[in-house]
Amino acid sequence: MGPVTSPAPLEIERTESAEEVFAVPEPDVPWVTIVHNDPVNLMSYVTYVFQTYFGYTKDKATKLMLDVHHKGRAVVSSGSREEMERDVQAMHGYGLWATLQQDRK
Amino acid sequence: MPGHFEPLPGGGAAVALDDVEISIIRSLAVQLMELIGPGPAEDAKGDPLAELFAEGPSEPPADPVLRRLFPDAYSDPEKAPDSPQDAEEQLAHSAEFRRYTENDLRAGKRDNALAVIRSLDALSPVGEGGAVLKLSPDGSRQWLAALNDLRLAIGSRLEITDEDDTDLLYRLPDEDPRKPMVMAYLWLGGLQETLVSTLMP
Repeated sequence: MGPVTSPAPLEIERTESAEEVFAVPEPDVPWVTIVHNDPVNLMSYVTYVFQTYFGYTKDKATKLMLDVHHKGRAVVSSGSREEMERDVQAMHGYGLWATLQQDRK
Repeated sequence: MPGHFEPLPGGGAAVALDDVEISIIRSLAVQLMELIGPGPAEDAKGDPLAELFAEGPSEPPADPVLRRLFPDAYSDPEKAPDSPQDAEEQLAHSAEFRRYTENDLRAGKRDNALAVIRSLDALSPVGEGGAVLKLSPDGSRQWLAALNDLRLAIGSRLEITDEDDTDLLYRLPDEDPRKPMVMAYLWLGGLQETLVSTLMP
C-alpha cells in the first residue's frame, strides 16, 4: 500500500528528515524511553533486561519493572533523541514494548 | 531437571530435553524464522555494500505477531496524540525509525532463532529418547531472547492482551483447540524463567 498511496513524496520525506537533525525544536527538553506493560514478558526477564542493558542495580531494575507491571509504564532512560532511539531499538531487540517521546512535563 | 534450566559451574546453563520437546522447540523456532522472514534487505543479497545501505520498511507489518515484535517507536499505546498534527508527526517518525532499524532487528531475531535450531541439531542422544542441552553464557543469552520471541509470538496468536487472559488459559478445557498451543506457551515460560535465573547478575 505504501508506494501506491504516496508515490511522489519519497524524495521530499528524505529531505525533511535530513533537515530535522539540524532543526531540533527544543534542544533543552530531554527525550525519554518508556517501557509499556504486556502480559507475556516475565517479570524476572524484564528485570534482567533493565540490569543487563542499562546496568541498573537489582533494586532499581526491580522498581522499574514493578512500575511497568502496576502502572502500565515506566520511564527507563532519558537523554538525547538519538540516545533514546538506540535504547528503544535495544528494547525491541529484547522483545520489550518501548517507545520514545519528548519529556514535556 | 526436565523442563528446568540449571546453572553450570563456570557459567552457562543446562537442561534435559526429551525428543518430543526438542522437536517442538525446533519446529517453533523454524516457524518464527520463516515468519520474521528475510526482510527487504534480502533484495541486495550477495552485495554486502548494497545490503548495508538497504532501507527497511516504513509501514508497520500486517501480521499481528510481527507488529508486536516490531512496534511503532513513537506511538504511545495508551495515550492518543494531542492533535492531528502530532499524530502525523508520530507516524512519520515511527516510519523513519522503522526504515533504519527494522532490518537489523529482524536479523538479530533470526540469528537467535537460528542459534536455537543449531544447538538442538548438535545434540547427541543420551539414554532413551532425550539429550542434555548445554549452553555457553552467550548461547544462554541467545536462547533467552529466542524463547521470549517465541512466547510473544504464541501469546499474540492466542490473543493474550492482559493478565486475565493468561488466567483463563490455565482453565481451558482439554478439548479446546488452543490447548496444545497453551501448553507449549506455559512450558516455554517455565524454560525461560529458569534460564533467566541462571543469568541473573
